[in-house]
Amino acid sequence: MSGGVRQLRGGTRSALSLNAALVYLFFYAPILLLIFYSFSDDDLVGRWGGFTLDWYRAFGRNDEVQSALSVSIRVALISTVVSVVLGTMAALALERYRFRGNRIFDALLYLPVIVPDVTMAVMMLLFFTWSIDVVNTSFGLSLGKGISTVALSHIAFSISFVSIVVRARLAGMTQTLEEAAQDLYASQWQAFRHVTLPLIMPGVIGGGLLALTLSLDDVVITQFAAGPGSTTLPVYVFGLIRRGVSPLINAVSVVMLAASVLLVLLSLLAQRARGGSVT
Amino acid sequence: MTAVQEQPKQLDETGDVVTPLLELANEKNKRRRGLLLALPAYIYIVLFFALPLIIVVVYSFATRTRTGGTDLSGWNIEAYEKLGEPIVRDILFRSLWLALITTVICLVVAYPFAYFLATRSPTVRNIMLVFVMIPFWSNFLVRNYAWRVLLGNDGPVSQLTEALGLGQTTILFTPTAVVLGLVYGFLPFMILPLYASIERLDWSLIEAGRDLGASGFQTFRKVTLPLSMPGIIAGCILVFVPSLGAYVTPEILGGAKTTLLGSYIVTQFLTARNWPVGASVSTVLMIVMLVAALTYFRSGGKNL
Amino acid sequence: MTAAVEIRGVTKRFDDVVAVDSVDLEIADGEFFALLGPSGCGKTTTLRMIAGLEFPTEGSIRIFGEEVGTLPPNKRPVNTVFQNYALFPHMSVLDNVSFGLRMKKVDKTDARAKSMKMIDLVQLGGMEGRKPSQLSGGQQQRVALARALVNEPKVLLLDEPLGALDLKLRQEMQTELKSLQRELGVSFVFVTHDQEEAMAMSDRIAVMHDGQLLQVGSPEEIYERPTNRFVADFIGQTNLIDATVEDDDHIILTNGTRLRAPSPHEPGTSVAMSLRPEAISIGPRGSVPDEHSATSLEGAVASVTYLGHAVDYSVKIGWIDLEVRGGATAGGQRFEAGDEVSVWWDRTSDWVVAD
Repeated sequence: MSGGVRQLRGGTRSALSLNAALVYLFFYAPILLLIFYSFSDDDLVGRWGGFTLDWYRAFGRNDEVQSALSVSIRVALISTVVSVVLGTMAALALERYRFRGNRIFDALLYLPVIVPDVTMAVMMLLFFTWSIDVVNTSFGLSLGKGISTVALSHIAFSISFVSIVVRARLAGMTQTLEEAAQDLYASQWQAFRHVTLPLIMPGVIGGGLLALTLSLDDVVITQFAAGPGSTTLPVYVFGLIRRGVSPLINAVSVVMLAASVLLVLLSLLAQRARGGSVT
Repeated sequence: MTAVQEQPKQLDETGDVVTPLLELANEKNKRRRGLLLALPAYIYIVLFFALPLIIVVVYSFATRTRTGGTDLSGWNIEAYEKLGEPIVRDILFRSLWLALITTVICLVVAYPFAYFLATRSPTVRNIMLVFVMIPFWSNFLVRNYAWRVLLGNDGPVSQLTEALGLGQTTILFTPTAVVLGLVYGFLPFMILPLYASIERLDWSLIEAGRDLGASGFQTFRKVTLPLSMPGIIAGCILVFVPSLGAYVTPEILGGAKTTLLGSYIVTQFLTARNWPVGASVSTVLMIVMLVAALTYFRSGGKNL
Repeated sequence: MTAAVEIRGVTKRFDDVVAVDSVDLEIADGEFFALLGPSGCGKTTTLRMIAGLEFPTEGSIRIFGEEVGTLPPNKRPVNTVFQNYALFPHMSVLDNVSFGLRMKKVDKTDARAKSMKMIDLVQLGGMEGRKPSQLSGGQQQRVALARALVNEPKVLLLDEPLGALDLKLRQEMQTELKSLQRELGVSFVFVTHDQEEAMAMSDRIAVMHDGQLLQVGSPEEIYERPTNRFVADFIGQTNLIDATVEDDDHIILTNGTRLRAPSPHEPGTSVAMSLRPEAISIGPRGSVPDEHSATSLEGAVASVTYLGHAVDYSVKIGWIDLEVRGGATAGGQRFEAGDEVSVWWDRTSDWVVAD
């Protein structure tokens, strides 16, 4: 689209360019400065005191950080795998079949996306307190909150995001392709395996990366669903920040940031690799 | 499908297969298959989402005991009555006000940005979009923390203002810092839907507007703006809703005097131990979100 | 001989809508058969029921005598060329073509050899490694054909196979499809809304409207002897003149003119007389040859459209306008708007159709 109205006029054009430049400055300056100061050899977080890798070494040595990191990774992997499987199945059911209660399910599946974090956190706290109490008294157990309750709460919101992403992909894929496969002697399972699944793969991967990011991002829901020994990295870092900033947090933050950026790049690559049109 | 094959052939006198039962069986089979696929997620959402939701609503009608426990036996609306008290009301209005300011700032900054983005060539557009997506996907906590570092005493911003002779910057732990953090966090949520709706515009309409003698600004006001309204509504809801329930940002960048709804709810559960009040505020917040979401879907929005 | 496809009393209802209404149809082995009708007439649903993609609400479908109404699509000895081809976008041409054989667990080398042969047959040799998105519309169409034919179906089903191609390519593919079908001797059942395409390609045509099968016959029969107003109007161009049957040999037009036109309908039935524009002769007022006097009308030329190879006249005959196609040869007589003329036709060219 060159020419015509898409070509902006001089004054408008420079004003809009300036605005765009400022937006990018606003987006990236804080992140870049944070990375910069994470290499600073000074006990004050915002002051340059020469180059050092000490804070990253401290990150590697700090047992609490390491255990929080391992909890985060375990929770993220479990919740991603489970929510990808359940979310993809739900997306297929809603996009390709009609069944009893499909409308209620559809509406219900949107709710976790809409409900604010804090409310979701409260829901998890009350639910786990109540249900663990019920289970313990009826079976004489002494269960408590832990990694499993954190993972369960993450799955509860991730399923919805995965199913939305996969559904968008499925909706763009004509059902005729599946019919064509069946017309060519494929059973329903084979049609899914050889045609549907490869074609919705970018959606499945995208949904999975979203689930992974959400799990690694979450603070407040995790805080409410966690028990002793199940502190995730964001919850741990959040606790540290509330007590005061420190150069160690800078280093941990940069590591978390790098992980996020890596995930974005992976998702872009996944889309590029399988980006063919499906219609 | 197996059920279809197993269906016994029903012959009438002419030897023809009568198929109404077969079609029915096939239909039933498809429905069963759909339900089976949906069932695991369905059960999960009911058990770990719908049930907790109901429990929160139930707790909001309960009574706090003297020891900080919760008594579920006598239902009452005391927790909701507490929402009318000046302290809670102030928090409610402050949260609404800050969420509103955040939304307006985001809209004012994002609209020209999205418009500019939509008028670039496809290659430039894609690169620019990737650089919007990166902060969008980056860890939210870290991005808020970055501002804490920037705005801190002796931090880079303060150093800059001092060097310019403006004195120390003291906006950390003020509502201004919270709004800044919220704008920083949610600006991509405004840019993306706005871009999607502007990019989809029928540019020939705008050309027609110019052709009919309207000035650039008139065309914008009468044609572009109304046509991009779905994007504006979507973006505003996507920014307003999480701003209203924000917890991490005000905790990191706000001060003791700027308690917002999110922090208030958390305090009710973790320190004040008044679960019914916490549950009632959560319920109210949830209802606000539901109304917003319904508005969004009504306005024709689908993409989240 | 058993019919390739035998459809008996088939009805398909979607909720409250009757898409196909008790259709009976027999398609012979080796026949090129067209299901023709406007969109929404039930032709595609009929095809999908033969393929097994829909199950009939009532009735029976047999393929070479075997009841298939109970079978899912992957168990039926038919294959389909889908509208817009439905090629698998993530597979190469070869993988697309060999898909059916792979699903049938045909030996891998065999499947490959057969597929390559079929790719050659549709003139795509050397393109087997390409993705569908790297092919032109016509090439995609050939892949779709090869993908279906490689399985040696007993009947090939084609859903608007040429609909997505431009005119020139469409005409080429018409000839090609026809010769391919002759070569293979397999029954082709194809769905189209384009009556010229149906005429050009098919041995027989079934015309459908509103879920009902209106007429089945050769292109000539359908064109020259339509059984009702819809078929007459849908196939080609025609003048339909409202009339009432007087006796076995005569009808009376709405203005009272009595014309000789034999019809099988009861006296008093309201009918329409179908007259193809090219079957009508035009001449100066009063120049009607004697033998045509019982099949002529008088009027005035209302408008003239020059087409190059012919001239179309619109002739006002009192209460109706008749479309008349006259020759445009240099020596031929030409008329202008306002000329008083007579029109007449051969006794065998008019045709009375039921309302």
